[in-house]
Amino acid sequence: MEMTILFYVFAALTVVSAFVVVFARSLIYSAFSLLFTFMGVAGLYVLLSADFIAVAQIMVYIGGILILLVFGVMLTRQATDVEISASTLRIVPASAIVWLTLATLILVFYRTQWTEVRVLPSIEGTTMELGELLMTTYVLPFEVAGILLLVTVMGAALIARRQEVSTDV
Amino acid sequence: MESLLQSLLGDNLLTLVLYCALPLVFLLLYALLAILGEVKISAFMQDRLGPMRTGPWGIIQPLADVLKLLQKEDITPKDADKFLFNLAPYLSFMAAYAAFAVIPFSSQYVGADLNLGAFYLLAIGSLNVAAIMMAGWASHNKYSLYGAMRSVAQIVSYEVPAAMMLVIVVLFVGSLNFQDIITAQSGPFWNWMVFGGPKADVELASGEILGASWINLIFLPLFLASFVMYYITGLAETNRTPFDIPEAESELVSGYHTEYSGMKFAMFFMSEYANMFLVSAVTAILFFGGWNSPFGVYLGDMFDAQWLVALEQFGWLVFKGLFFVFVIIWLRWTLPRLRVDQLMYMCWKVLIPFSFGIALIVGFLVVVLK
Repeated sequence: MEMTILFYVFAALTVVSAFVVVFARSLIYSAFSLLFTFMGVAGLYVLLSADFIAVAQIMVYIGGILILLVFGVMLTRQATDVEISASTLRIVPASAIVWLTLATLILVFYRTQWTEVRVLPSIEGTTMELGELLMTTYVLPFEVAGILLLVTVMGAALIARRQEVSTDV
Repeated sequence: MESLLQSLLGDNLLTLVLYCALPLVFLLLYALLAILGEVKISAFMQDRLGPMRTGPWGIIQPLADVLKLLQKEDITPKDADKFLFNLAPYLSFMAAYAAFAVIPFSSQYVGADLNLGAFYLLAIGSLNVAAIMMAGWASHNKYSLYGAMRSVAQIVSYEVPAAMMLVIVVLFVGSLNFQDIITAQSGPFWNWMVFGGPKADVELASGEILGASWINLIFLPLFLASFVMYYITGLAETNRTPFDIPEAESELVSGYHTEYSGMKFAMFFMSEYANMFLVSAVTAILFFGGWNSPFGVYLGDMFDAQWLVALEQFGWLVFKGLFFVFVIIWLRWTLPRLRVDQLMYMCWKVLIPFSFGIALIVGFLVVVLK
């Protein structure tokens, strides 16, 4: 009973704030609204007994991506004050893509064999199993993802340092 | 503790709410004490008397301060973004309070006995960063914005070494649960992490056995170093001197909460003090045995009274936490403020390489010794 109520609370939080992200006229409102979307999704993960994923969601998305996003918006002077135009451009390709995505999603929704998630009496830790799986069965994808991130970081550093500035710290 | 409340009030929502609100009661009392401590300790360090007029020896001064804040007019600047301006203080305190959910005040009381305690603590701290940014941007004031920028850059940078310090202890204990980390250090004070961890096998709160012997003494220098480094990162994350660059009153008025007054300022103030205690309590939990008595015995055990043991454990944790809060206040009146580049140098070129080094050595030793 409480679980159902909590589910609807988190679902509503996610959907409503996601709408604000898309429709807000100020970029900064979109960015801060994203905070609540991520929180709602983290709540949904908890209800699915995926505790590690939920905390990782807060850590990575709120602690990393969102902060970076807001920082970027704040540092670009115009973005904070100038209202971004929400006018429609290229209606034909846009609507084609949207309808196609929607159709695919609906198809996936009806084709999937949904299994009911059993609500565990107490949330058991998933951390140990996840860690073991990442280090054994899925070690290759894990390492590849790590290398990808490393390349990204190095690329970002390279782009940021393009103009030779020699400042001694 | 939960069962005690349940027996008193029955198994309903009220019990749950009360159970979650207990740390809030503690926080409010602690904040009064900390305000008094801040003014009195600073006075003694500067050879002054401090406030003497309200009550004997000035001890009701914090109450007067709180009353003053409550009565102040609630001002929202005309150019501020009203919605975000009003939301930020609540979000900030919410983030600080949410972290208290995983702090075990005794073996009988912890808000949420999460298996992921340490990880959760790191993650929820990022919410405070969002709140600071919100406050800085919504105030529409250059000092607020600069303060918020500096604060966020500082917290985000120092999160990395703080996480590594947590990882070091977690590697040793083999659990992210704070109760496990504390029970691993049970017994007399030489079993604390800062003295190299347990010297004999211990049973963790989760029922697993952590193998240990006197060989653990080789961890002593490593843990001692990581304690000092964790405390430094803690100072930086709470924006306290010598890392109070975001608030630097001689440069930035008072940083991200320049425009706030009255109760909203009080919310930021509370969350700052709550964070101070949080860092101190986590230092105590990770390295100084948490709620463990330094003597390894409790008065309650002699009289066979479980409630007394729980109270004593609470007392020890609060005592250790308050001691580290005292050191934070002490440092404020001892050390000068760092420059921004010195701050970043300290984090990225000193703390991070050393913390990774220690984590590697500890990981290696744990694998070899077990």
